[in-house]
Amino acid sequence: MRDLHPTLRVEGLQTHFFTKEGLARAVDDVSFTVGKSEIMGLVGESGSGKTVTGFSLIDLVDPPGKIVGGQILFNGEDLVQANERRMSQLRGNRIAMIFQDPMMTLNPVLRIDTQMMETIVAHNKNVSKVEAHQRSRDALGQVGIPAPDERLRAYPHQFSGGMRQRVAIAIALLNKPDLIIADEPTTALDVTIQGQILSETQKLCHKFGTAMIWITHDLAVVAGLADKICVMYAGRIVEQGLINDVLDRPIHPYTRGLLGSVPGHNTRGKRLFQIPGMTPSLLKLPQGCAFQARCSNADNACTSEPMMKEPVSGRQVRCFHPQLGDTN
Amino acid sequence: MLSSTTRRYKLTAILEVRNLSKRYVKSLDLAGKIAQRLGSDVREEVVHAVDNVNLTVARGEVVGLVGESGCGKSTLGRMVAGILEPSNGDIFYKDDLVNSMDKETGQQTALAVQMIFQDPFASLNPRMRVEDIIGEAPILHKIVQKNERSAYVREVMQRVGLDPDYARRYPHQFSGGQRQRIGIARALAVKPDFLVCDEAIAALDVSIQAQVINLFMDLREALDLTYLFISHDLSVVEHISDRVVIMYLGRIVETAPTEEIFKSPNHPYTKALLNEVPRIASRGIEYQPVSGEIPSPLNPPTGCHFHPRCPDAIDICRTEVPYLKPIATERISACHLND
Repeated sequence: MRDLHPTLRVEGLQTHFFTKEGLARAVDDVSFTVGKSEIMGLVGESGSGKTVTGFSLIDLVDPPGKIVGGQILFNGEDLVQANERRMSQLRGNRIAMIFQDPMMTLNPVLRIDTQMMETIVAHNKNVSKVEAHQRSRDALGQVGIPAPDERLRAYPHQFSGGMRQRVAIAIALLNKPDLIIADEPTTALDVTIQGQILSETQKLCHKFGTAMIWITHDLAVVAGLADKICVMYAGRIVEQGLINDVLDRPIHPYTRGLLGSVPGHNTRGKRLFQIPGMTPSLLKLPQGCAFQARCSNADNACTSEPMMKEPVSGRQVRCFHPQLGDTN
Repeated sequence: MLSSTTRRYKLTAILEVRNLSKRYVKSLDLAGKIAQRLGSDVREEVVHAVDNVNLTVARGEVVGLVGESGCGKSTLGRMVAGILEPSNGDIFYKDDLVNSMDKETGQQTALAVQMIFQDPFASLNPRMRVEDIIGEAPILHKIVQKNERSAYVREVMQRVGLDPDYARRYPHQFSGGQRQRIGIARALAVKPDFLVCDEAIAALDVSIQAQVINLFMDLREALDLTYLFISHDLSVVEHISDRVVIMYLGRIVETAPTEEIFKSPNHPYTKALLNEVPRIASRGIEYQPVSGEIPSPLNPPTGCHFHPRCPDAIDICRTEVPYLKPIATERISACHLND
């Protein structure tokens, strides 16, 4: 099922941070594709580089960070080469971002209608005020905000956290973008509200054929939502594939450990599997595989750099000792 | 292992909470008072953060307290831990009423019930060394002598899986998971019986979370601890608790042994909540979310607080508050539909 013309193809992306303490390879040789209507889960723990990957895609990385290599092919156009003017044409128009904190999207001193209409008019001067208002109204309705006419006149502080996130999603959808990057948009929300937002997003992505990257640390959220998944560790993708394959038959020891350490149903009264140690600092990564110090299979081979391999068709893994047997 | 603990905790209650309430009142300012005198309809705003809650925790039990934001779970935990003064109601610890204890018993109880906080960055004093953070209280309360302090701190650090050689470091030199261990060590240093864990693992990464959950389980076995485990994460609660208490807008809506509540939830809110939990096993699901928002606690709905969002609400739900009634052995639920 390889998409020949994916909405987004990232090849060997490298984003490095040149800090006073040294060089941090926050994103190192990351490659993936996302096609139309496809939802990709980008999963990792704090410091794994998942957010920096998302920010790199729309050129929001601030110094001392810099994209130093690779290609970001969006509908065939390389965004790494694009200038600032071109990027601002695309941002909020063809590529939209939803942040964890909706107040990163919303301006607290402007009414919702002002902000929404601005998003439309900024990218298309020919839209009349009436039409922009109409489209904003429809977008609010789409994300499940009751009484959109009234709510358009409200300020962000008059909304609850869940409602603000809906407004942020409505703004992201306004110009019917080809790609949405969602960075932990439901992490700060309550379970019932998270359920509502996941359900809306899923529907809208399929309806408009939007490609979506859902960045999260929560494997369970991705399990219900995404079509495919990339697992990141210390700046690299260590495993990727279709969601069912990766979650049912993880190959990389890190993915296995991560899945094993999720509590729930079957773990009652038992000890959870725990990955020993902690995530290494990006400034002091070991030579070779970054996971070796925490891995039970590590040996001498792991001190050299593991390359991305495809031991099973459609599955990519960065490991010298892929676990191809049964799951634990 | 579980069944033995299940039997054990039936014997003695370690903590009992009766008709406990916490109200926050926003009193009128001068302009408000004048407006009221002149006949305008302004009143003091009252939030019932915790509304008439009854709860018993048995010795050795792990009780999971679950609810969404604003349901009062943290407020309840803080009152149990003695950090907040209740507006109404009684807390009994080992059959003694907490606010009528003599000074010595009161202090012992305060030490016996310790709290572990959510944010390992905000709950540790950044200017204190780890040995002082852990060692301060045991010295003050004469649990150890001054000359035994460093040995004692080393022992506690080892117990929670921290390298004792780091005792002279400051909190900022540790990672999030290690800091949470420092918080746990600080609580354990005064030899408590009862730990209130308020979202104690919510801020940690998945792999670190598993380490800390295992630590909690080990400590429970080794030190015979009782936990009130407050969390919004149902998977974690399912893993760790013997019994689950569900709260909604200040009230307990359902209590049941963990396995039963996950197998057959009774209260519509519990059902909705369990339905929403994302699980690794559920793929490509169509979410069927409960509609509506959590109402403002300033102005909660009449009758059953959940009725505006409840798919099965009937007339009586809008007018009458449902009380917790037994629905099976060890199970209580507050829903009119059970009548």
